[in-house]
Amino acid sequence: MYSQLAWRNIWRNPRRTIVIMTAVIIGVFSMIFLCGLMRGMEVEMIRNNLATLTGNIQIHQKGYRADPVVENSMTDPVLLENAIKTNLPEGAAWAMRVRVNAIVSNARHSTGVTFVGIDPAKEARVSFIGKAVTDGRYLNSDDTNKILIGRALLDKFKTKIGHKLIVMSQDADDEIASTAFRIVGTFRAEMESTEKAYVFVTLSDAQKMLKLKNGISEAAIAFKGQSIDGQKEKALAQKLKSRLPDSIYKVETWPELLPMMREYLSLFDNFIYIWYFVVFIAMGFGIVNTTLMAIFERMREFGLLKALGMKPVSIIRGVITESFFLLVSGIIIGNIAGIITVFLINRTGIDLSALAAGVEMWGMPRVIHPELWIIDVITANLVVLVLGLVVSIYPAAKAARFTPIEALEKT
Amino acid sequence: MNNIVELEKIKKTYLQGKVDIPAINNVSLSIKKGGFVAIAGPSGSGKTTLLNIIGGLDQPDSGTVRVDGEKFETLTPSRLAELRLFKIGFVFQAYNLIPVLSAAENVEFVMLLQGIPKKERLRKAHAILDDVGLSGKYNRRPAELSGGQQQRVAVARAIVSNPSIVLADEPTANLDSKTGQGLLELMKTMNKEKKVTFVFSTHDKMVMDYAGRLVRLRDGSIFDDQSK
Ligand SMILES: Nc1ncnc2c1ncn2[C@@H]1O[C@H](COP(=O)(O)OP(=O)(O)O)[C@@H](O)[C@H]1O
Ligand SMILES: [Mg+2]
Repeated sequence: MYSQLAWRNIWRNPRRTIVIMTAVIIGVFSMIFLCGLMRGMEVEMIRNNLATLTGNIQIHQKGYRADPVVENSMTDPVLLENAIKTNLPEGAAWAMRVRVNAIVSNARHSTGVTFVGIDPAKEARVSFIGKAVTDGRYLNSDDTNKILIGRALLDKFKTKIGHKLIVMSQDADDEIASTAFRIVGTFRAEMESTEKAYVFVTLSDAQKMLKLKNGISEAAIAFKGQSIDGQKEKALAQKLKSRLPDSIYKVETWPELLPMMREYLSLFDNFIYIWYFVVFIAMGFGIVNTTLMAIFERMREFGLLKALGMKPVSIIRGVITESFFLLVSGIIIGNIAGIITVFLINRTGIDLSALAAGVEMWGMPRVIHPELWIIDVITANLVVLVLGLVVSIYPAAKAARFTPIEALEKT
Repeated sequence: MNNIVELEKIKKTYLQGKVDIPAINNVSLSIKKGGFVAIAGPSGSGKTTLLNIIGGLDQPDSGTVRVDGEKFETLTPSRLAELRLFKIGFVFQAYNLIPVLSAAENVEFVMLLQGIPKKERLRKAHAILDDVGLSGKYNRRPAELSGGQQQRVAVARAIVSNPSIVLADEPTANLDSKTGQGLLELMKTMNKEKKVTFVFSTHDKMVMDYAGRLVRLRDGSIFDDQSK
């Protein structure tokens, strides 16, 4: 009966109830939607960045990351391979690479690139390149002096598949090595800068050209499924570190490899918190104001209840129950609206290509597919509900303080 | 102990601005169990103040109040609320009912506060509404009842749990004289049949005629007290 009373009381002034409920609905909806958008962006950003040769974990010779030259290569791939193989989680893949800075040129142009030697079959399971070839073909392991370049680079060099490019870099003997490679295919990437930054040859070609014997620059491990917080990576990195002497090897997880992105992701989180705060302030004031208004209109009634013997705590409970119903109704509608919206937009995505030039450097996707995370939905609901109830305590306490005489004198 | 209410040397002064307004001036009064007592007097004579003091809604500046043997000044606010809930029924001049609750629910509500189980509440609410002549109107909201019917619901609510005393502050003031008479007949019947003590205030001569005892107030003092 208490809940019946509360429910009927909220509908005594439907207009006011609808206004405040709308505020709750918009609040919850916007929280869910904004979270969905942010998560969609985050997930896509991480996926892009990880696929662009980062992987979930990388292993290098100590010093390679500060100075990525051939001298800082790892010379014992067997030890590395054993360490990785025995610890590899279910569904994960790994690949080894040679990766140095180089200059590519043809008759007309030359430019600096990252020259990557890959094991084509293994690499395809680790990074984007296996699925990125749009013209020509991907590399085969028995290719010799064949090169795969980005579409943008091909255009910039005004060259064609089948033509040759010269790659120049410093070799293990500190000499300038240069080799001619024939273009077998071009790849496309989410970002044009990626297409211009990387060229791929087979691992053995790269080792031969740079006189590395079987030396490699890096090993990358890619996990199955989406990574968000890097916790699973940490666990594996720990195991690998125990197998690989840390005087020589450096094992790093993607948050360590991409500190800029890590910062960017925490910026996203801060956006969400700021929005929570905005919603809460707006909604909190709305709830306090309208509830106070309703309380003062019903002053006589609260006096009557007290005269009848209702205790102040029960009156407080009654008013808070009314807020609770209001909040829960708003929350339910807000959730339905938010979830449906996120779900619908997830299928088509929001096209940001107009802005893409500006955001490209961060690895932001051109199309965002908002994602719904249970934890975000729960947080949004709890924030609205708990804070909504907390701010209702003030008007409720006011209602409980009316004395019967005061109230009855208002007749 | 035959007295439900015992007032001893009650004084109550209101401060309005800087002026003291004496509302109750040295009133002593005992009311016997089963009484049907009218507090009569012109407007401003202190009837409401006196009833509020008896009902524990207001505190006197000096003097002692006992209802059903309980001395008010020794009670905590929460005990006082309980006393009101279980032993005192109230009928006010107007706006007695909770507008969002039906007649039966209004009557049920006090029993809910008293912790009476649903089934019993419902049975008692319907029975008492039948007694006050509102059978068939259980589910009407206050707005769908006439003024007289609303006051009947208030009486039903006040007596449903057999309180020691029902305090009614000018219960007929907002009713036409015929409806007012009807309400008083009802109160009188309930007083006789259910042995509920009634104390009601009025400034209406016709209403005073129903009283078994007439206590007259003037400027906060009793100047006449007659039993019939
Ligand atoms: N809250 C109050 N503040 C100041 N004076 C009051 C207050 N309540 C009542 N009074 C005064 O006390 C006196 C008695 O009032 P009341 O008990 O309401 O009389 P009645 O009910 O007989 O009309 C009146 O003079 C009235 O003006
Ligand atoms: Mg009065």
